[in-house]
Amino acid sequence: MTSSNPIISIQSVGKSYGSFRAIKEISLDIEHGEFFSLLGASGCGKTTLLRMLAGFEDVTDGAVLIDGEDMTGVPPFLRPVNMVFQSYAIFPHLNVTDNIGYGLRKQKLPKAQRQEMIDEMLSLVQLDGYGARRANQLSGGQRQRIALARALIMKPKVLLLDEPLGALDKHLREQMQLELRRLQQALGITFVFVTHDQEEALTLSDRIAVMSGGAVLQVDTPAGLYEHPRTREVASFIGHMNFLEARVTGRKNGHATLDVAGLGTLDVPANGAALSTGDRTSIAVRPEKLRLHHSAPENGQRAVQGALKMTTYLGERSHFHVEVPGCDRPLAVSASNATLQDGRANAIGQPVWLTWAADSLIMMNDT
Amino acid sequence: MRSGSYITRPNRTLQIYACVFLVVLYVPVLFIPLFSFNDSIYVRFPLQGFTTNWYVDLMGRDAVWDAMWNSVRVGVCVAVISTVLGVLTARAITRNRIPGQNAVVAFVMLPLVIPGIIFGVALLVLLSRLGIPLSLYTVALGHLIVCMPFSVATLLPRFEGMDGSMEEASADLGENGWWTFWRVTFPIVLPGIVASLLLTFIVSFDEFIMAFFLSSTETTLPIYIWSQLRFPREFPSVLALSSIILTVSFVLVFIALWIGRTGLIEKDHPRPPEAPKS
Repeated sequence: MTSSNPIISIQSVGKSYGSFRAIKEISLDIEHGEFFSLLGASGCGKTTLLRMLAGFEDVTDGAVLIDGEDMTGVPPFLRPVNMVFQSYAIFPHLNVTDNIGYGLRKQKLPKAQRQEMIDEMLSLVQLDGYGARRANQLSGGQRQRIALARALIMKPKVLLLDEPLGALDKHLREQMQLELRRLQQALGITFVFVTHDQEEALTLSDRIAVMSGGAVLQVDTPAGLYEHPRTREVASFIGHMNFLEARVTGRKNGHATLDVAGLGTLDVPANGAALSTGDRTSIAVRPEKLRLHHSAPENGQRAVQGALKMTTYLGERSHFHVEVPGCDRPLAVSASNATLQDGRANAIGQPVWLTWAADSLIMMNDT
Repeated sequence: MRSGSYITRPNRTLQIYACVFLVVLYVPVLFIPLFSFNDSIYVRFPLQGFTTNWYVDLMGRDAVWDAMWNSVRVGVCVAVISTVLGVLTARAITRNRIPGQNAVVAFVMLPLVIPGIIFGVALLVLLSRLGIPLSLYTVALGHLIVCMPFSVATLLPRFEGMDGSMEEASADLGENGWWTFWRVTFPIVLPGIVASLLLTFIVSFDEFIMAFFLSSTETTLPIYIWSQLRFPREFPSVLALSSIILTVSFVLVFIALWIGRTGLIEKDHPRPPEAPKS
């Protein structure tokens, strides 16, 4: 996904606090109308990067371009972006109407037109009739909506959201996720969304940048990140993952032959890995991509035998740990209880067989 | 009622102690208004009878009105200047990264514990060296030093309690520093500013030592009281004047504390549950 005019172009941006590198040379393009997420654990630099886009943090080196214009030295109040703060930052001395209309002062609109715009925003965030309420009369979810409306009324080119759902309880959170997605699609505004919740990022985003230690590890679509993580760090951050030690024994146009602990010699797509014969790496496989059998598969399909170490019943799904000779750690297997092929008791120590689809093994770029 | 929990359970011994403490602290002060209504020039029991003569007598004296007017002028100027400086100080301490920030706070608060007589003598020496004549301006200068800690101590919690992202949100919505201050910062800290104005006014109004060293022939009210103490026959009038000052001080400090707390306690109110949406 590259185009000639991205709405945001982050060019070799770095930030230092003294000798500490908070952001290490990030280059990133965000397209018009995209729902783009910055995903990472706390302290990975995702909020710092967002605040650089808003103009609250100086860029030590590199440059940020918004809609083609260099933002270096442009103060926050002159940037064509608006932000939804983690704490919402609803002005406590103003009512809902004046909070939403706060940014309209410079436009010097007639009173009626201003009120019309505010009412429109109120109905957009489904808070019609709340205009006269004060900030302390609102619940967390309502504050969140006001913060959204207050930013959206400015018609920003990009809306920046700093973990806006972090303070909400699970139910409200899921409801707001849907609403954010609906708003973004209805308005067509580019959203840049910071979160540490991988599930939230997968649900909402068009593309996700996974960050760690001030660097971007991988930028991809949710499916791309889940199906083809390139490094162990990305693979383990998103969803659950089994890792198997492996050694490269051969390479041939886009494929690699690997000697995998416990599974033997396998031919897998190289997944962009720049590894050569003799290098150590690992193979990743999702627990739900492994299939559990209670007898050796008869159709000659490649299988590996192991012993059941643990089963966990989770209602919709069951989780199993299978000890496979040659693997230093039991493999996690997850299966839907609707398709679990055998009703037999899953006794500990019982021999089981695992099979997998060829494309479910993912070669990692690192060990 | 929260009396049931361990930490808030009433403690009889401490309650009695608190009552004794307050009685010892304030009963001597209460003798002043009591004797100001006593129909005798001697302060002694038994009381001679009720009179408001001392107050009426006070109202008829030009010197009292002059001193009062001087005190009010000095008090208002000092309150405004020290509150403005206090706002700047508190804003700087809470928002900017200043090297030696704790030292700055300590130096601003120091006049609270340094004896006024030391500051008074020091300023007197300095001003006379510089050839600046003593006047109400020099009194105000001295009061400014005394009032700054009260102003900063009142305003700091307001600024500290204010979410920094409020100002960022304003900048994000297109307002520069100047407009952000007037549209967001000022209204949010306003209760603190009013409290600071009242408190610094009353501190200046009641201040004696600085005024004693730094005033010329134009005296403030406490200096006037001091000058009248030499005349035994004037003593009941001094008591009447003291009672008035006491009442005004009490009322202003009470209002200042009350206003200073509004908004700060508002946060503790539980939020109403979210209304169902259609």
